[in-house]
Amino acid sequence: MVDKKIRVLIAKPGLDGHDRGAKVVARGLRDAGMEVIYTGLRQTPEMIAAAALQEDVDALGLSILSGAHMTLVPRVLRLLQEQGQANVAVFVGGIVPNEDVPALLQAGVKAIYGPGTSLDDIAKGIREEVAQR
Amino acid sequence: MGIVTQALSGERRAIARLITVMESGEEQARQVLAELYPHTGRAHIVGITGAPGTGKSTLVNEMAKAYRKQDLKVGIIAVDPTSPFSGGAILGDRIRMRDVATDPGIFIRSMATRGSLGGLARATADAAHVLDAAGYPVILVETVGAGQSEVDIARTAHTTLVVEMPAAGDDIQAIKAGILEIADVLVVNKADLRGADHAVAALQAMLDLNSAHDDGRDGQHHGRLEGIEAVAPGNHSGATNRQVYWRPPVLKTVATKGEGISDVVACVQRHRQYLSESGLQQRREHERAEEGLRRILRYTLLERLLNRIQPSDLDEAVRRIARREQDPYSAANALMAELGLVERQA
Repeated sequence: MVDKKIRVLIAKPGLDGHDRGAKVVARGLRDAGMEVIYTGLRQTPEMIAAAALQEDVDALGLSILSGAHMTLVPRVLRLLQEQGQANVAVFVGGIVPNEDVPALLQAGVKAIYGPGTSLDDIAKGIREEVAQR
Repeated sequence: MGIVTQALSGERRAIARLITVMESGEEQARQVLAELYPHTGRAHIVGITGAPGTGKSTLVNEMAKAYRKQDLKVGIIAVDPTSPFSGGAILGDRIRMRDVATDPGIFIRSMATRGSLGGLARATADAAHVLDAAGYPVILVETVGAGQSEVDIARTAHTTLVVEMPAAGDDIQAIKAGILEIADVLVVNKADLRGADHAVAALQAMLDLNSAHDDGRDGQHHGRLEGIEAVAPGNHSGATNRQVYWRPPVLKTVATKGEGISDVVACVQRHRQYLSESGLQQRREHERAEEGLRRILRYTLLERLLNRIQPSDLDEAVRRIARREQDPYSAANALMAELGLVERQA
């Protein structure tokens, strides 16, 4: 009996207290058949990296509405790299100004999902990215 | 296989990967377990179960902190349910465990039940083997929010905590069969809410009935021997030949404030001592081994035999039963006769 499930960590780094979007995405990915680890508000990059390691996730979704993405995202990516998890597919959801998108993609983020993205698109994006690994 | 060696030396990435292998149920899982097994059997596995919302995750978080104060490494396995419709799951137990999230002496793994109904996932025990072999002396296993019959944890854990809260049902709930029967330690969490003393009293009354029952059966009378007294110094000299009765202690906690936690941890540690001194540890280990072996045999043999039945024969039998042309037992018998497992009946 082979049971390969996609495991996704949905995390909210930093200080913003708005987790409605993260919860909706978590629920959407659950309904797409994934195992979603949800860690709650105000996570440090170190907490997120530790959870990604222990949970052996395939993908990581970072929900950021505070504007601190240019600081937080690269830190998470660096920690993942340092602990041998460079292959985790990292996605960002929330408010990211257009001018920041290229830099984040350059840093290793697979996709950025702004307001209005459909849950199906997110699930599809994760599934395709994980299948490539 | 380098990854097993890495896990045995406590390397966290390797531990995480091996738990994934255990969950996958692939052939590799069997090989890995064969390598790990000689290194298991050292950890104290503590089960934490109870209804949804009673505070299991918060209690686990506080217990982990208490063990860390004793400088013990702690493994945590937290199980949440898989959706029967999508096969997906939301694993949210880490939300309450943020205090210990970055402690290098703590390893937390969330697990989805993936269709198992007994309150644990199929691979929970194997994940505990991984943490055990990797040198975690204490493993806390949190079940799904359990109702009344999710009692698998008692077969996996050495010590089982059942967590209750005030005002969750009347006294008759306490005398029903099931989850309360597997408790080695009873915890009334949220004890700052009204009705906590009443909940404790109801549980104590249930335990009074149990002990009256057990005493009668053993032909011995220990009166109300609290778990605490059962292994108190000087009282356990003849523990192996004289059956000492462990009365599950009932403890009040307010996990969100850390109140009562040290008592819980002390009771769990006393229970472990009781298990080894009473000889119960060995007996339970034996039962656990037998149960585990039977489960594997049952599953593997069943799969093999079912695979030998022609799908067309099975379909035909199903149709006959549904059309009321044959009863299910006779149909099963005919299929088994086909495989030569039973005599064909006229």
